[in-house]
Amino acid sequence: MHRIDCPWCGVRDEIEFAYRGDATVKRPEAGAGVDAFYAYVYERGNPRGWHIEWWHHAAGCRQWIKVLRHTLTHEIRATAKAGDTVTAPKP
Amino acid sequence: MSHRLASGGRLDRTRRLRFTFDGRSYVGHAGDTLASALMANGVRLVGRSFKYHRPRGILTAGPDEPSALVELRAGARREANMPMPVVELFDGLEAQSQNRWPSLAFDILSVNSLLSRFLPAGFYYKTFMWPAAFWEKVYEPLIRRSAGLGWAAKEADPDHYETRHAHCDVLVAGSGAAGLAAARIAAEAGARVILCEQDFELGGGLLLDPALEDWRAATVAALARQSEVTLLPRTTVFGYYDSNVLGAVERVADHLAEPPEHQPRQRYWTIRAREVVLATGAHERLIAFPGNDRPGVVLAGAALSYLRRFAVAPGKRAVVFTNNDEAYDTALALREAGVEIAAIADVRPAAVRADEARRAGIDVRSGSVVTGVGGGRDVERVTVARRNGADGESLAADLLCVSGGHSPAIELASQSRTPLDWSDAIAGFVPGQPVQRQRSAGAARGIFGVAEAASDGATAGRAAVAALGLGKTEAIALPPAVARAGTPSEPFWEVKASGKAFVDLQHDVTTEDIRLAHREGYAHIEHAKRYTTHAMATDQGKTGGLVGAAVLAEARGESIAAVGMPTYRPYASPVSFGVIAGHAVGKNFAPVRRTALHAWHVRHGARFMEAGMWMRPAYYPQPGEEKDAWLSVLREARAVRRAVGICDVSTLGKIDVQGKDAGVFLDRLYTNTFSTLPIGRARYGLMLREDGIVFDDGTTSRLADDHFFMTTTTANAARVLEHMEYHAQTVWPELDVQFCAVTDHWASMSAAGPKARLALAKAVQGLDLANAAFPFMAVGDAQVAGCPVRVFRISFSGELAYEVATPAGFAEPVWEAIMAAGAEHGITPYGVEALGLLRIEKGHVAGAELGGHTTARDLGLERMLKKNGDYVGRVLAGRPGLVAPERPRLVGLRPVDPKARLRAGSHLVAAVGDGQSLGWVTSAMPSVELDCWIGLGMLSGGEAWHDKRLFAAFPLYDEYVEVAVTHPHHVDHENARVRA
Repeated sequence: MHRIDCPWCGVRDEIEFAYRGDATVKRPEAGAGVDAFYAYVYERGNPRGWHIEWWHHAAGCRQWIKVLRHTLTHEIRATAKAGDTVTAPKP
Repeated sequence: MSHRLASGGRLDRTRRLRFTFDGRSYVGHAGDTLASALMANGVRLVGRSFKYHRPRGILTAGPDEPSALVELRAGARREANMPMPVVELFDGLEAQSQNRWPSLAFDILSVNSLLSRFLPAGFYYKTFMWPAAFWEKVYEPLIRRSAGLGWAAKEADPDHYETRHAHCDVLVAGSGAAGLAAARIAAEAGARVILCEQDFELGGGLLLDPALEDWRAATVAALARQSEVTLLPRTTVFGYYDSNVLGAVERVADHLAEPPEHQPRQRYWTIRAREVVLATGAHERLIAFPGNDRPGVVLAGAALSYLRRFAVAPGKRAVVFTNNDEAYDTALALREAGVEIAAIADVRPAAVRADEARRAGIDVRSGSVVTGVGGGRDVERVTVARRNGADGESLAADLLCVSGGHSPAIELASQSRTPLDWSDAIAGFVPGQPVQRQRSAGAARGIFGVAEAASDGATAGRAAVAALGLGKTEAIALPPAVARAGTPSEPFWEVKASGKAFVDLQHDVTTEDIRLAHREGYAHIEHAKRYTTHAMATDQGKTGGLVGAAVLAEARGESIAAVGMPTYRPYASPVSFGVIAGHAVGKNFAPVRRTALHAWHVRHGARFMEAGMWMRPAYYPQPGEEKDAWLSVLREARAVRRAVGICDVSTLGKIDVQGKDAGVFLDRLYTNTFSTLPIGRARYGLMLREDGIVFDDGTTSRLADDHFFMTTTTANAARVLEHMEYHAQTVWPELDVQFCAVTDHWASMSAAGPKARLALAKAVQGLDLANAAFPFMAVGDAQVAGCPVRVFRISFSGELAYEVATPAGFAEPVWEAIMAAGAEHGITPYGVEALGLLRIEKGHVAGAELGGHTTARDLGLERMLKKNGDYVGRVLAGRPGLVAPERPRLVGLRPVDPKARLRAGSHLVAAVGDGQSLGWVTSAMPSVELDCWIGLGMLSGGEAWHDKRLFAAFPLYDEYVEVAVTHPHHVDHENARVRA
């Protein structure tokens, strides 16, 4: 079980959070066309390494937060508010 | 025949505990385990093996035990596969041996031993290739009877189990010399410490040496005095998870016949530790030789435990077989207790301890091995020979003590992702560089000897304190080091001689099985494990796991380090389902949500149904309707169509949306426009997922310029809120919008029917309900019975209807006032069943149609897709596959024969027997207005089929019902009633 450091609440158990996925994808502009939206909804990398992802503190403050997690070791190295920038270490 | 020594041991001999094993009565003492008590009573044969039904005895003195498994207790408390050495004796204990038929001494299926060449490794896999009928009729029943372990109770568990969460600075697993020293150091430095010990006494190996008792007792007492130290005996740490979270089970009342009142049987601990010290000790290894599974074969360290801790002599005349010095302690202790030592077979060509033992008059045979064991069921003779097989001599002995060396208990360290390093010095794997905030200490990392382990534990304790930044640590007293000349152990795994030599006693895996797996291509340790079931049983191969790896390494011609061990995963020791479930059983499995009107529904005889976690009234049976729920449902629905009904709709999701940009935000969430909605009006809204599929629907009202009140379906309330939060926080954070779920804050009730206005007008103050003043889709504030209400003129049933919402605390007075006002008009409470019937008549879509596979167009709602402006799902809803004309579209269905029943789930086909499905029936109900069954369905071609006929096929009942395809609105196609 992860312990996740919610930037709003502090360290909380993983069970309080819901996972969404890649936090680096951006919703395209309205006129971007079907291919851009297709990529936004469906196309994801499956990295073996650092991954910036959305977690929802559903049983806490209800905020979406960014989590920098290593997909191989499960290490969580950083968390941030939705509007903050998180940078993945070089592989 | 008593094997109990006259003195010694950690027993309370004044307390005699009576117990039974296979129906026979025995007596033991407080401080005994079931294993030690049976051994003291001279019982050696305690079980039959899994596959071959070979006689088995007690091999170990702890949770490593592979063989001595029993069913414990009787009736609803019966528990299978309990290792005797961890079963604490209590008065009245009942135990049964397992896997024998008809009796332990005479087991018919032990012929499996003779047929064993037909039960090789991979037997199960291979039999699956035989014809299925053969397997089902012949082999499976035979295997089910002959192979397997104990039987679980079939009755519900009468005990309860508890869940506990804890935080600590330092968690110490294991209370031997290393664990106690680490805990003491950390405690003295002011750390909050939890010390877990699987045994019922703290001390581990210290319990075997009276000379160490003072230090043990003083250290435990010092720990017990610290208010920030939690000592947990009878507690097994079974799992090491991410973020230094560990799981443990405390056996609160396993040592009692039944738990005291208000006490749990077991307690599940989730421990979040800042630092961890793993002082889990080591597992003594068996050696593979023919007959190494015979009752009377005991690991040397275990024999020492039985002697010293339990005052039991495991035999009268012993052979000791070893590759290391430690087993000499056992030999000397046995002799001191009056057990004759027939010989020590030491695989090493020479050893200092061998010379000492010879001088003490013991027959030590250096460079020798045990090549076989003789006797009827248990050990009577032991054959000792040179390592090359020469000079074999059969010695009379009833006890064979075996030690193949010690493997650090690395299960928890490995679970924490610590890599395993091979140590030549101890011929075993030791924990490498930790990944999480933990360190191993003492025997758990190959540091053997009490003084050495204690010193190592103190070092680990200091490291934990330093990592916590707690400052300096106090020196503590440690047991004195004993200087003693010794000889390194020699890696030794297997005696190659004729006969079955086991590497896994619990699953009957032999050295030959491992080699067979290798020959058949299962040469990876993970494959060999699964093919042979080696190290997979309840003991997880603690005594023979490494031996199996060594046999595989030899077959592969590689080092054991290269072969490695299979991945360690939780649980390191078996954990009962009861304690995992905790209190989450029966009615406590999931929370129950009740509306503010629940008590009223109960008082008025409602039958409830579950909708997610909600309890909703399904219908309200009246006298005479008890036997047929349809009578109630149809009566309630008729009341709505002909007069007026009232339904509790509080479970609909409700979200209060505010902010300058609230309208814009809703425009982007819904396919239709809300920013243009006038204040005091409601609008039906449709929401898509970003992939273009319909997500949810509901009505949203505008209460002020910057204030909307949104409703969702009951099922999607939580998902819609999450969807809104995601978009507001991450996609359009620039919008000024705030919202909050208020589902539980408002009770809402729908009064529906042609007389709804008449009924409500009497109850509602402060709002003119006349059609002109308060038309369809109007919203306004009012009072009912002096309570504030919000009235929405919206309809799900298709009748003239008003939804009245009130803060939850006013729910009953408001409902009662409406009931009273409507009495003269025959107001009738209706439940979810009637609600469903009415919406199917009206052709409104619900969960069955909004199943996550339909588009707006599929549902005939394409007019709700606005042409201008962005909204979630807009672009991908236009993908060719989602606008294809052949997609199934919503239609109405009616049987041609008015008496025929339509079933939801039926497929729509062109002709009886036609295998080509054109669509399916999503919802079906008897109509109160049309006096026949009606349905909604999804049909390829949609309205092109209107007024044509198809068949609703239900192959399960071989049923074909001819149906006419209609518009989905079975009643009031013109939508006049809602505007009346």
